[in-house]
Amino acid sequence: MSLLEISGLRKSFGPNVVLNDFNLNVDAHQCVTLIGASGSGKSTLLRCINLLEVVEDGQIVLDGTDITDPRVNADEIRSRVGIVFQAFNLFPHMSVLDNITLAPRRVRGVSKDAAEADALAMLDRVGLRAKASARPDSLSGGQQQRVAIARALVNKPLLMLFDEVTSALDPELVGEVLAMMKDLKSEGMTMVIATHEMGFAKQVSDSVVFLADGSVAETGPPEQVLADPIDPRTQHFLRRIIEAGRL
Amino acid sequence: MSTSLSKGTPGNPETPDLWTPSQLQLDRTAYRQSRTIRSIAIAVISTVVLVGLALWGILGSAGWPRFQKAFLDLSYGKEVFLDILGGLWLNIRLMLVCGICIIVLAMLVAVVRTLRGPVFFPLRALATAYTDLFRGVPLILVLLLLGFGVPSLRIDWLPRDPLIWGCISLILVYGAYVSEVFRAGIESVHPSQRAAARSLGLSHGKMMRHVVVPQAIRRVMPPLLNDMVALQKDTGLLYVLGAVAYDAILRAKIETAQTFNYTPYVVAGLLFVLLTIPLTRFTDWIARRQGWVGGGLV
Repeated sequence: MSLLEISGLRKSFGPNVVLNDFNLNVDAHQCVTLIGASGSGKSTLLRCINLLEVVEDGQIVLDGTDITDPRVNADEIRSRVGIVFQAFNLFPHMSVLDNITLAPRRVRGVSKDAAEADALAMLDRVGLRAKASARPDSLSGGQQQRVAIARALVNKPLLMLFDEVTSALDPELVGEVLAMMKDLKSEGMTMVIATHEMGFAKQVSDSVVFLADGSVAETGPPEQVLADPIDPRTQHFLRRIIEAGRL
Repeated sequence: MSTSLSKGTPGNPETPDLWTPSQLQLDRTAYRQSRTIRSIAIAVISTVVLVGLALWGILGSAGWPRFQKAFLDLSYGKEVFLDILGGLWLNIRLMLVCGICIIVLAMLVAVVRTLRGPVFFPLRALATAYTDLFRGVPLILVLLLLGFGVPSLRIDWLPRDPLIWGCISLILVYGAYVSEVFRAGIESVHPSQRAAARSLGLSHGKMMRHVVVPQAIRRVMPPLLNDMVALQKDTGLLYVLGAVAYDAILRAKIETAQTFNYTPYVVAGLLFVLLTIPLTRFTDWIARRQGWVGGGLV
């Protein structure tokens, strides 16, 4: 049994059907990279997995639980699935430390001292302990994104979702965030990553999924999908990426 | 290879979308519907119980018969209804005239307060002093001071009509509040918008006029309309200036003074509520249209 089993997933926004009959399995400790053109449904898929969108059909089973069942406690599921957004989405009115301790204290009821000890340990790990009392907007983009990752990790999630986390960063800051994700991967975290960083996808992912027309057009190990794609849509997509000098 | 084509190509409206919900989805929809029905039932029952308890408490109180006679005399209420309704028309006109003046004055003050540079210091100081003063003084004092004070100065070219001074008091006091609402809106527009506008060669004034103020107004629409609702009611305070403005409140007061029955006040109150409800709903509608309430799942 896979940790995450998605079957027959459908999601549309008005007349625009974004995901249709989408199927994907992710095993524990696996790292899956989603690639595809803008609007191909990568972000929508991640938002569905984190229950930020209501699916229209199909099923998402996380660790044996059908999380698309309306009877499940969505907040509890969300606290077990970490997500990191493209635009960081840190709370600007709180210090870095308070950003990280918010969910443990208010969702899981951890005491202030314990939550702060956890958060500081997490900040040590991402190398930002010195910034604990700083406000998010005084940090660089890369630092903010590392705080956002720490904020997601402190809930000890079963699964981490990354939604184009480096797209809003200056090129020289991309490396520090990707390095953190590589560390996570080597520690055995299960990850689903939507990205345009093809080189990174090649290095860390166990499998690459190419999305087109709302479902999986092609999936396989990165050395196959990125170097020798079968589906003409993947070939076309990768040709444009190569033309842009991004692979 | 193109696995999903048999199901219609998503994102392409020309191919028909042949999706039919699965049994699983139908079950989920049915469950959600049953939850909705359950919440509606809970809401209805709790409302009935709450209203029932309140009525039981009020109707069972010792003073209820006397209260009913003094405040809820139906036939007397009907008798004075048209008279008070006629007075309400004055309140509506006052509200419209004052409202427009307030918005113009407030926008002016707000823009002046956001001017930068030492050259504008006197203007800025004046605007700041104005808001500080008129937000601090109670409306009723401003009404009395201007309504009775200025005419007693006997300056020929100034209007003597206390009604006009009543309106000016409302405009001055509300203008101070509303200018702060506008200023908050203007300052909430991100600096990058100003930079973008100036980079295109727009002057400070043109930038305010075409870029900053339009965005600010959209943002402050709900609090602005909230202040207009409050203004609608406060036009009733003009009755303190005596028999100059036969508005709904003054007419109710005259009636009550003759019969010692408070029903006219209740009638006037109901009319004011009926007058403000459309404006409140309009405010809600604006807020919803801008996606500020109930947006999405979280």
